[in-house]
Amino acid sequence: MKLIGRAIKEGRAEGEALVSHEPLGFFGGVDPETGVVIEPGHELEGDCIAGTILVFPRGKGSTVGSYTLYRLRKEGLAPAGIVNSQSEAIVAVGAIISEIPMVDRIDLFQIQTGDEVTIDGDTVEVVRPARRN
Amino acid sequence: MLAGEHGPANKRAMEILVALGKIYAAEELVPVASVQVAGVSYGNLGQAGLEFIQEWAEQGAGVRVPTTLNPAGMDLEAWEQLGVPEEYAQSQLGIIDAYRAMGIAPSCSCTPYLVGKGPGFGQHIAWSESSAVSYANSVLGARTNREGGPSALAAAITGRTAKYGLHLEKNRQARHLVQVNCALESVADFGALGYIVGREVEDAIPYFRIDPPGKPGLEELKALGAAMAASGAVALYHIEGTTPEAKAHTVLADDAVPVIIEDLDEGYEALDGTAQEIDLVWIGCPHASLRELAQVAALLGGRPTRAKLWITTARAVLGEATVRGLVEMIEGSGGQVVADACLIGAPVQEMGLSTVATNSAKAAFYLHGHHHLEVRFGPLHRCVEAAVKGRWPG
Repeated sequence: MKLIGRAIKEGRAEGEALVSHEPLGFFGGVDPETGVVIEPGHELEGDCIAGTILVFPRGKGSTVGSYTLYRLRKEGLAPAGIVNSQSEAIVAVGAIISEIPMVDRIDLFQIQTGDEVTIDGDTVEVVRPARRN
Repeated sequence: MLAGEHGPANKRAMEILVALGKIYAAEELVPVASVQVAGVSYGNLGQAGLEFIQEWAEQGAGVRVPTTLNPAGMDLEAWEQLGVPEEYAQSQLGIIDAYRAMGIAPSCSCTPYLVGKGPGFGQHIAWSESSAVSYANSVLGARTNREGGPSALAAAITGRTAKYGLHLEKNRQARHLVQVNCALESVADFGALGYIVGREVEDAIPYFRIDPPGKPGLEELKALGAAMAASGAVALYHIEGTTPEAKAHTVLADDAVPVIIEDLDEGYEALDGTAQEIDLVWIGCPHASLRELAQVAALLGGRPTRAKLWITTARAVLGEATVRGLVEMIEGSGGQVVADACLIGAPVQEMGLSTVATNSAKAAFYLHGHHHLEVRFGPLHRCVEAAVKGRWPG
């Protein structure tokens, strides 16, 4: 399935989708030393975002979150790509300075955790792997 | 520039502006007269921020418009005598060096409007610090959104910003009418009012009608704006008969939501704690004006202090205060005038502080919430008494 959105940071990225329908704050919400979501009660609490195509509606919280994303990238713990429904400044700026391909204006309900996702410019291609038994 | 012919730093700066323009539906970029960059104190920025700024500087980024910095986590010259740990200090100086390499003068202050000529009415600027954004928009009538650290740097490097939000006249109308029916007698009162209103209106634009109207000075106005930007995210306010846009034309929407303030109790109850012994009295959030330094010197009247007394200010204001003998008077009592710094980004626990008194609602809000310190909040004369006695005056 191909979804067309809007490129916030141009580029190509592939990975397994990690999907949340809650906004995510990176500063204080993601541990920059492990890449694990640590916000208490968050849908993704305990999940590692490293190397994933991270799918969530939008960022929230402190503007320092842009730098948290940059630090994750330096540590090799950043997501490979980001898909939002409506981008805001913190994550958009974080993706640009960290060179993480990012697309917004995507219907997140078309993507499930575990899907194989490829971002290319403004296009998000979603492949659902065959269910294993 | 977007194609990268001016180097990777310029390309990235343009990418940031174009992305923000897309997100907020800006039709064009607009030249800015000045930039003020947040993301300076090592405490707030951390190792990641330090590395990012160093990388950008190494890629040859340079600023095109006059650019100043937010406060650092320490006095850049007198950090050792103030007890700042060596490791922190070296990281902090590394951040300043990287900014300096981009051509930014290390004027670290949250009150750039008190140093030199501030921006003029209607001028577009790109500032970061929330209290300075509020002051520039509200009291000076300049136009800025609240920029994040990288987006302010992008504006400094390109000399432009995306034209959306508060850059547009149509977005500067107030939709909340705040009717204040109690006397406002001190900077602390204005801060307490700001705390209450910021919580109430969140990120909206309030229009104040104050009875009796009084004549608030810059110290009162900076305290009001700083508090509203801390408890809420207010970037612009208007005061009837006082602020320039309220005087120039109608800035109150017809269907404005009324907010009535009968007293300031809610603000004082939230911000003022119960500690008796005081370790530190902090004045100068936002950075103290020359007038505030003179008031502290006069209230001390040469008496020695038992608690630590720090007044934070811009280095240029420190220079003026030195010439006028105010610094000597304050230091003669055992107080210290600290330049460049903000305590909110400073390593306060490592410095052995647990109780702080201040006349700043913003300082009280963050020291309590962010650093978990015990805070007393009240007018300047009580804070100075606390410094002299080492106890909050009863």
